[in-house]
Amino acid sequence: MRHLVTIENTGETYYCLEGENVLQGMEQLQRKGIPVGCRNGGCGVCKVQVTEGLYTKRKMSRGVVGADEEASGCVLACRIYPQSDLSVEVVGKMARAIIAKKSASFDFGFATMTKINQPDEEI
Amino acid sequence: MALTGVLRPGHIVIRVLELEPAVTHYRDVLGLIETGRDDKNRVYLKAWDEHDHHSVVLREADEAGMDYLGWKVDSPATLKKLATDIEQSGLCTDLSWIPAGEQLCTGERFRFTIPTGHVMELYAQKDIVGNNCGTDGENTNPDPWPDGLKGIAPSRFDHCLLYGDDLDGTLKLFIEVLGFSIAEQVMAGEDKSFMIGAFLSCSNKAHDVAFIRQPVKGKLHHASFELGSWEKVLHAGDVLSRTKTSIDIGPTRHGITRGETIYFFDPSGNRNEVFSGGYIFYPDRPTITWWDVELGPAIFYHDRKLNEAFLSVFT
Repeated sequence: MRHLVTIENTGETYYCLEGENVLQGMEQLQRKGIPVGCRNGGCGVCKVQVTEGLYTKRKMSRGVVGADEEASGCVLACRIYPQSDLSVEVVGKMARAIIAKKSASFDFGFATMTKINQPDEEI
Repeated sequence: MALTGVLRPGHIVIRVLELEPAVTHYRDVLGLIETGRDDKNRVYLKAWDEHDHHSVVLREADEAGMDYLGWKVDSPATLKKLATDIEQSGLCTDLSWIPAGEQLCTGERFRFTIPTGHVMELYAQKDIVGNNCGTDGENTNPDPWPDGLKGIAPSRFDHCLLYGDDLDGTLKLFIEVLGFSIAEQVMAGEDKSFMIGAFLSCSNKAHDVAFIRQPVKGKLHHASFELGSWEKVLHAGDVLSRTKTSIDIGPTRHGITRGETIYFFDPSGNRNEVFSGGYIFYPDRPTITWWDVELGPAIFYHDRKLNEAFLSVFT
């Protein structure tokens, strides 16, 4: 059993196998689109808004996903397992960099401190 | 005793999302030794060459990250003195005494929150359980390492890298009150006068703790454990791959501290490092300065460039 995942920001699609989480499925096929961080529900960089479809989930850190967010389908790609075809929109803090081809746009923001690096921040 | 005052980072309490997968990771993959569990469901572990009862405590919580970092000091008298000094410095908040026994096998601890938002503790006493190397009794005619090691098996919990906003305040505390030295610093800005990173030593290690200036409070970048050689770092990479552990970066070398390293994540997304090498630090060793424009080789000496996730991912 496999389910089609669509990343709305980029139009990228890939099949996620049964038992694989959405981030794992993407990495397995060497697809891109969702930023990859810790892969284990702690750092929040792979945060997505599920816009369509069903999934099961594992525990994710409250430091990066609020209870309300989680209830509304704003979840970590590394912690959700598709139960149907899924559409997701990337909303994590590295989303802008990824979508704009990250090497060209990324700036660590050390000197100016203008880049707010809160995990919850939606850029 | 020549090395006095604050001796080392003696324990880190790590918040994990699910306890048992975390125990499996820290015990069987990283290769720490489980030494106890308490009635609050916390799990205590130590590295094989540590003599004290524990250096890592796992606590199940809804949020990943670090609860606090505890520093062992040389005596109860030093504990009292530094507690007074910290209070008088006015640099810290939420000062309190935690009674002996709140952590297993540990004496009373003085707890405080530093300007970068991290909770820290000082303590002077922890029960000694030994390193199990002695052949004719504890610490007598010892073998170089004990039997029964698992996984990566580092010798000790070594240091943490922490993220926080008020780097200046935290630095003032560690240097002026706690007696640390700056081994290495990363400087930014036109005239390289704005510090964005500080690697601090209270011992002969190149760092016992490091801080990076970021607009957050109390965040953990990684907890690091020591290995004896570069080959053991490669072996760690093998262990991590065969156990399908989430690897971040490496094996490679740092410019900063010269350590050879591999980074990976525990099952709750907290970053771990195992490393080898570096140099012996003495308090009269000149501070090394890195410029922000050289941050690539400063952090990853071979690739000479940073990847975004390394700095953006923390808990």
